[in-house]
Amino acid sequence: MTESTEPLSPRARLAVTAGKAAAAVSRAAGRGSGSVIGGRVALKLDPDLLARLAGHLDVVLVSATNGKTTTTRLIAEALRAGGPVVSNALGANMPAGITSALAGGSEARYGVIEVDEKYLAGVARDVTPKVIALLNLSRDQLDRAAETRMLAEHWRTGLEGSTATIVANCDDPLVVWAASSSAHVVWVAAGQEWKDDAWSCPACGGVLQRPDDGFVCGECGFARPEPTWVLSGDHVLDPHGSAWPIHLQLPGRANKANAASSAAVAAVFGIAPQVALERMYAVAAVAGRYDVVSYQERELRLLLAKNPAGWLETFSLIDPPPTPVVLSVNARGADGTDTSWLWDVDYTRLAGHPIAVIGDRRLDLAVRLEVAGLEFTVHDTLQQAIGALPPGRIELIANYTAFQDVRRVVGN
Amino acid sequence: MTDTSLRVVWIYPDLLSTYGDQGNVLVVERRARRRGLKVDRIDVRSDQPIPTSGDIYLIGGGEDRPQRLAAERLRRDGGLQRSVNNGAIVFSVCAGYQILGHEFVNDLGNPEPGLGLLDVVSVRGEAERCVGDVLADVDPTLGLPELTGFENHQGVTHIGPGARPLATVRLGKGNGIGDGNEGAWADTVFGTYLHGPVLARNPLVADHLLKLALDVNALPPVDDRWYDALRAERIASAAQPA
Repeated sequence: MTESTEPLSPRARLAVTAGKAAAAVSRAAGRGSGSVIGGRVALKLDPDLLARLAGHLDVVLVSATNGKTTTTRLIAEALRAGGPVVSNALGANMPAGITSALAGGSEARYGVIEVDEKYLAGVARDVTPKVIALLNLSRDQLDRAAETRMLAEHWRTGLEGSTATIVANCDDPLVVWAASSSAHVVWVAAGQEWKDDAWSCPACGGVLQRPDDGFVCGECGFARPEPTWVLSGDHVLDPHGSAWPIHLQLPGRANKANAASSAAVAAVFGIAPQVALERMYAVAAVAGRYDVVSYQERELRLLLAKNPAGWLETFSLIDPPPTPVVLSVNARGADGTDTSWLWDVDYTRLAGHPIAVIGDRRLDLAVRLEVAGLEFTVHDTLQQAIGALPPGRIELIANYTAFQDVRRVVGN
Repeated sequence: MTDTSLRVVWIYPDLLSTYGDQGNVLVVERRARRRGLKVDRIDVRSDQPIPTSGDIYLIGGGEDRPQRLAAERLRRDGGLQRSVNNGAIVFSVCAGYQILGHEFVNDLGNPEPGLGLLDVVSVRGEAERCVGDVLADVDPTLGLPELTGFENHQGVTHIGPGARPLATVRLGKGNGIGDGNEGAWADTVFGTYLHGPVLARNPLVADHLLKLALDVNALPPVDDRWYDALRAERIASAAQPA
């Protein structure tokens, strides 16, 4: 462990203590884990706290539209092979939540931090990370977020001149554009199922040609870089060409991609792929996601999907028909209040599954499914929806607050 | 309508399909098929020519730079202008609506010529971005029930004498210049700021486009149960203070 640690100033120590007290009050009041409010109080008392808390850590930042909480968890598991890790494992990914998580990490060697896309550049300036992992960028909550392409532009500008090693997905044109201003990039061929936010060249606006696995702009030559790490089916190929099997409890192609990126991050810290990948097997569920719970004599698998790219990846991992599917969509603040994105999701992929629909915006989903030509039933509650489906395995797919609602109902 | 199938053209999915507006195509297609019509859906990417044989053309919303690129490519192509001159129907949303006008402000902050198919001019709004649910009464000459939708735009749009407002807002900003107007239309060309997508929230507007394309006054009824339930919910929610 590097001994560059400066003791926290009295002001910083006061801020950490005040933050912990606020978090304890928040927890006691039943308002969640308290991690965000604690960080908010602490940051107000000492705005430089984040930088100071990270000073003694080897920091990894993880950002993306989808998969950042899971990948943060996988990287944290891998790096524990090298020493203690502090992480915002519950997904509180804005500066206050990050500050609060790091405040508990005085003994740690590594800080593995999930960062909201909008805050990446600022947090990267504050904490001087060793590695920044960039997984993917696609449309998400467009009523309150920046345009997707502008986010890529912010990343690019913000990361220019960063001393960090950028571990980036070379199959996502927006990520490639964001990362390629950096001096040191490790490209990972992690794949990209959702392509509809990247038909237009991020460099010049030309139409991207997308043969098989690649992409190239016919006008300016912007193209997919050559990867040094490759996700290939159930294996990850390392820079020496060795293939390491990926065994995960987490389902789906997207999580194999997350594991491949995580192995590349671990390698930067000298942790071998086989060691990193073995440790990732321990992850069974991430903040309730992928958990299988027993409820009303059914086995309910809880799947979170917040945007079109997330739904697409989720459809590819669910059990085939006739496994029933429950869909739940809300449009509260944290979800984005515009439900138009449902129409960018190809629900015809659910043909053959019995479908039950719940959530605040079940009528939006009903019209969407009617137009997709699917059979479905609509219910006021999860209990009613489950009761209408046969016993056995059920796949439940929900967006952000709908997912939290379901977790409360099933006691997860 | 040419030969035996209805030709529905979705313009530039690579640039102008960011806010779920391809739902408008899906709704038109579904409601036509439910009436027993054959439908050809034609997606035209921005490096392909716009076919002039379409019956209904749909354009959606997009981000600022793609909007400029789309306007450049549509002006150069000329196919949409020729189609409208031949009587084709165009239904446009948000960025697409602005492109149909004479001019809008592009991502570089400069005036960008549109296609001049609607007598409107769009400029950058000085007030904060218009975001939220919209409820609006449709121009009575169209004989359609109130519009429900979701707006998300910075630009504001002025209507000239050659077009009429599509609707008057009860809730929301619409064209955003303070006179309550939302969208514009003239003859067979329509523009609106509403997403939702707007034709999923307002299926009778989709039917209106179909009637114009088929040159009929009425269509066989379809099962509108879920559309009606969604409309009732959205209209009731819009009537409540937030």
